Amino acid sequence: MMTDSIGTTPRAGASHSFRSLPLLLLRLRAYLALIFLVVLFSLVAPSFLSSRNLVIVAEQVAVFAILGIGMTFVILASGIDLSVGSIAGLSAMITGYLISEGLRLPFVDVAVFAHVVLVCAAALAIGTLVGMINGWFITRLRVTPFIMTLGMLYVARGAAQLVSDGATYGDLSGQAALNNEGFLLLGTGRLLSVPIPIWLMVALALVAIYVTRRTVFGRQVFAVGGNERAAELSGVRVNRIKIGTYAISGFCAALAGLIIASRLGAANPAIATSYELNAIAVVVLGGASLFGGVGTIGGTLVGAFVLGVLSNGMVLVGISDFWQTVITGAVIVLAVVVDQLQRRVEKSMSERRARQA
Amino acid sequence: MTAPAERCRDDDPRIVLSARAIRKAYPGTVALKGVDFDIHHAKVNVLIGENGAGKSTLMKILAGIEQPTSGTLHYRGEALHLAHPREAIKRGIGIVHQELNLCANLNVAENMFIGKELKGPVGTVRLDRQRRIATEVLTRMGQRINVDALVQELSIGERQIVEIAKVLVSEVDVLILDEPTSSLSKAEVGVLFSLIEELKRQGVSIVYISHRLEELIEIGDTFTVLRDGNLAGTGTAGEVTVDWLVTRMIGAQMEGPLRDGRAAATFADRPVALRVEGLEASGVNGGLALKRLSFSIKRGEIVGFYGLMGAGRTELFETLIGLRRALAGTIEIEGQRLPLDGTIAERIRAGIALVPEDRQKLGLVPNRSVADNLLLANLERYAGITGLRSGRMRRDVSRCIDELMIKVSDPDVLVSTLSGGNQQKAVLGKNLLTEPRILLLDEPTRGIDIKARRELFEVIDRLAESGLTILYASSDLGEIIGGADRVLVMSQGRITADLQREELTEARLVASSQVQRRDTRKESA
Repeated sequence: MMTDSIGTTPRAGASHSFRSLPLLLLRLRAYLALIFLVVLFSLVAPSFLSSRNLVIVAEQVAVFAILGIGMTFVILASGIDLSVGSIAGLSAMITGYLISEGLRLPFVDVAVFAHVVLVCAAALAIGTLVGMINGWFITRLRVTPFIMTLGMLYVARGAAQLVSDGATYGDLSGQAALNNEGFLLLGTGRLLSVPIPIWLMVALALVAIYVTRRTVFGRQVFAVGGNERAAELSGVRVNRIKIGTYAISGFCAALAGLIIASRLGAANPAIATSYELNAIAVVVLGGASLFGGVGTIGGTLVGAFVLGVLSNGMVLVGISDFWQTVITGAVIVLAVVVDQLQRRVEKSMSERRARQA
Repeated sequence: MTAPAERCRDDDPRIVLSARAIRKAYPGTVALKGVDFDIHHAKVNVLIGENGAGKSTLMKILAGIEQPTSGTLHYRGEALHLAHPREAIKRGIGIVHQELNLCANLNVAENMFIGKELKGPVGTVRLDRQRRIATEVLTRMGQRINVDALVQELSIGERQIVEIAKVLVSEVDVLILDEPTSSLSKAEVGVLFSLIEELKRQGVSIVYISHRLEELIEIGDTFTVLRDGNLAGTGTAGEVTVDWLVTRMIGAQMEGPLRDGRAAATFADRPVALRVEGLEASGVNGGLALKRLSFSIKRGEIVGFYGLMGAGRTELFETLIGLRRALAGTIEIEGQRLPLDGTIAERIRAGIALVPEDRQKLGLVPNRSVADNLLLANLERYAGITGLRSGRMRRDVSRCIDELMIKVSDPDVLVSTLSGGNQQKAVLGKNLLTEPRILLLDEPTRGIDIKARRELFEVIDRLAESGLTILYASSDLGEIIGGADRVLVMSQGRITADLQREELTEARLVASSQVQRRDTRKESA
């Protein structure tokens, strides 16, 4: 699913890619970086390849990847969403509230406890709604995406704290008497011995790849990111497309929040703080352009794995927290530098071919 | 002007779309002051007027991009309200804009179907079918553009063709072409005209806007002239001549060459300003854009570069300014050899300045004032101990505005509010403040009207008299013949003719611009 087909837009001269080894290596750099990291860490830290650790890595990656997939849509349409970490936190807190305290109806002293499926659906719906509010302000009221989602970062985080007055919901396992057990399954359950979050990530990625490649909405996202005015003049409902991308991002953020809360078995208002930066980093590592119009879901997935393996491996190897942060930042910048390098190599190769012709 | 009684009635079946008493007021200006316009069925309806006459505004209203302040539209006898471009598209009203509106990150086929994607079951896009139709449309247009190529790899001329093709993939009833030929060369204009004839036969009604008058006479069936937002006249083919159009456009006769050329003897004992030997540079698609190019130009000469789209004129200018790296050859300015890997800043210091073809994208900072734009390339010169010296800056700006006859009430007005011709002069002024010795102008009159063009050439003439060497590229024969002292014709990255002014004829220029086309095709095959 990750290779280019007719439907996508390979870079100039892609047909010549196999003629030159260095260029091929540059093109596959994200995959190579991933393989390199896996090999490196498995040599240095034998516990890296243990199934226990791999599950930890994959679970960590799943959250980054899910946030990154939503972010990819926003960035493809040349927007940015800084509120995803807060939306994840809000979603976790709403879930915690509905499971632990139930929905308290006003004026009557009754609390309604719903089935976990409904609880999750409510959290996802609220995340989507918050994303749509972002999109609505950005398109209708012309607030720039950076400012709007920065504001929402605070608003949603504050709302998450308001849910419990800042307290933590310590036990999300539910009670049999209230028929609301089973939430922990989402983060800790397994299907065919693979954790559920991994399945969710794979399913979401497949849907997202299909949407970006083969649907009208997906192609119009690329058009809006490439040249908004051209899209508008061609009859594309630009505002709807943009609101759609923020809604998707909000949905993905809420899903990530559910997974985190379920894995912890608890919800606290600080969940997923600053995860928006991880999400953006993952998208950039995956080769997307922050100017919009360029990027793939497959790239974002690889980016999530690179970041996840890197942070896990560094912990195992025993690199200090502070250095981990420095190295992560350096890797993100390096990714963009290498991307530019690839473009330059491609250009000079085509020049050389031109002279030989 | 025709009397109202004679005018076709709204229910006349020969009128597809009619606009009545259209008024459009913007804050501060009135673009249209009650204009009537009829689009005749299966005819080429020419709309003409100087910049700012209101043509583009009227077309935007017909295409649903702008809404009139007052006035009515009737489509086949029924009242029509267009609140959004989508509604116009749905009724088969297609517009090809003067400015290019494509997504550079998508390929040609995808661009042609933006907003009207072919849907399969459950919202999927039928990409293969889109590709096939896109290929068919381009083939019908006689173009060999690869539908899988990204638009960012195409030249401006090719993009213009894609822009037209984009409208043709869906059923069009009314096709509005807003200056479609401003960046096409003669051969491509021919292709476009035969396409227009074909569309007419199929019953498509065409609205055609252009500044090239001969072209309009050749293609037009009915003519509508706008002046300052008013209707200045209507006529039909046969009774309309170039003079008739010009008189109504500006209210005065204007003819003859753009400037008086100077004979070769004038330059005999002048020093060589620019010498290029064996210059090579690569193109976007991997081929060589420039193939062992050599020429030399004397100081103060005005040299026109003529050629078809893709002949390499833009690439030559970009290589000279250092935007595109030369692979081989030498560039000498007044005997001094420039390093081939020099930066743009070094080339500017060496005395070269470029006024690019796409002035809105490459030449101006639209959200800054005229003064800021003029000073942009040359701020170092005004740096003093206490910051920028505003007195000197103001003096230079007002001198520049006077010399170039830029029409602006106040230098602090946003540059984007100027007309096309005045914007072009602002780009020119910005480059002149760097005190260049060699000025490169790429399609300097793209999208500007006759009066502004004439003024521009007056300015060019004066600059050349003061010792500036000027190279300009143009696809407009009249501008090449009437404006240059000497013309270098390019074809396929080579120079195929070097003609003095007195040797210039349309036939010779066109013939030399076609040279070697066949050879190169063989090479690439």
